[in-house]
Amino acid sequence: MRARILIRPKAGILDPQGQAVERALPALGFEGVRNVHIGRLVELDVEDPAQLPAMCEQLLANPLIEDYEILGAAA
Amino acid sequence: MRFGVIQFPGSCDERDALAAASRVGDAVLLWHRDHDLQGVDAVIVPGGFSYGDYLRAGALARFSPIMVEVERFARHGGLVLGICNGFQVLCEAGLLSGALLPNTSLRFVCRQVLLDVVNPATSWTRACERGDRLSIPAKHQTGRYWAPEPVLDELEANGQVVLRYATGNGFNGSARDIAGVSNHAGNVVGLMPHPEHAVDPLTGSADGLALFESAALVAA
Repeated sequence: MRARILIRPKAGILDPQGQAVERALPALGFEGVRNVHIGRLVELDVEDPAQLPAMCEQLLANPLIEDYEILGAAA
Repeated sequence: MRFGVIQFPGSCDERDALAAASRVGDAVLLWHRDHDLQGVDAVIVPGGFSYGDYLRAGALARFSPIMVEVERFARHGGLVLGICNGFQVLCEAGLLSGALLPNTSLRFVCRQVLLDVVNPATSWTRACERGDRLSIPAKHQTGRYWAPEPVLDELEANGQVVLRYATGNGFNGSARDIAGVSNHAGNVVGLMPHPEHAVDPLTGSADGLALFESAALVAA
C-alpha cells in the first residue's frame, strides 16, 4: 500500500525556516499569516504498514525533535 | 596510542583528523563498511556531510556497519570523539543526548570561535583546565544544539556540558551556548567546532591539539 508520513518540528522548537517564510509572505502582499512551520512529507509503498511506526521512530523522524503522523496507512 | 578515524561517503575532514591525531600518536583510517576497529584506542567520527546529509544530518551514517562497532566500543568505555557531522552522528546514534538543528540564521557559517572549557575531566579535555579558552574554527549550517530543558539541566548537573561558546562567540542559536557535550562517563564527547583544523600556529591556532593530547593521556 501507499503510505504518506508527515514529519513536523515539535511545537516549541524554534523553526527558522518557518519564520523566514512568515517574514517573506507580507513582502509579497500576503497579510495575516502566522505560525508557519515547515516539515517534510515522505511517500512510500510498503507491504506491511504495521512497520511504519517503527520506521518513523528509528529513521524517518528524530522523535526528540520531530513529530510524525502516518496518513493513508489504513490497510 | 592509536587513533582510528572513520571515513564515510561524504566525509571531508577525515584527512585533517588523521593528521591532527598523528601529532600525538598513530592514526589509521577506518572504512564505514568495515566491522573492525583494528584495535584502536580511540575513535574519531569526523566532520563532513556523511551520506550527503540526506534525510537529516548524521541520520544515515549511524546505520553504517562500523557504527555498530563504535556503539559497542563506546558502551565499554572506549574513547570516541565526534566532530561536527560526527557530533550529529553520535547524537542520532543515541551515544550523546540532544540533537543539532539548522542554525538560527539558516546560513552556513565559517569562523574562528573561542570556546570555554567547562569540564576538564572528560577523556577528551583532561589536558585542559577549567576556564581554558580555546581558539578553534567552526564551519557548519546545522549546529544549533538543542535538548529538552530537563535534559539540559541534567547535562549541566552531571558536568556533561564540556565546551561552551565564550561570551559573544555563539552564532548558531545553541541552547545555553553549548558547543560540546559528553556522555555520562565522559569517554564520548561531541562538539561542533573543529579541533583538527587548529593544530598548527601556521593556520592561526594550535589550541585544538589539547583534545587529542587528552585522549593520549587517558591511553597512557
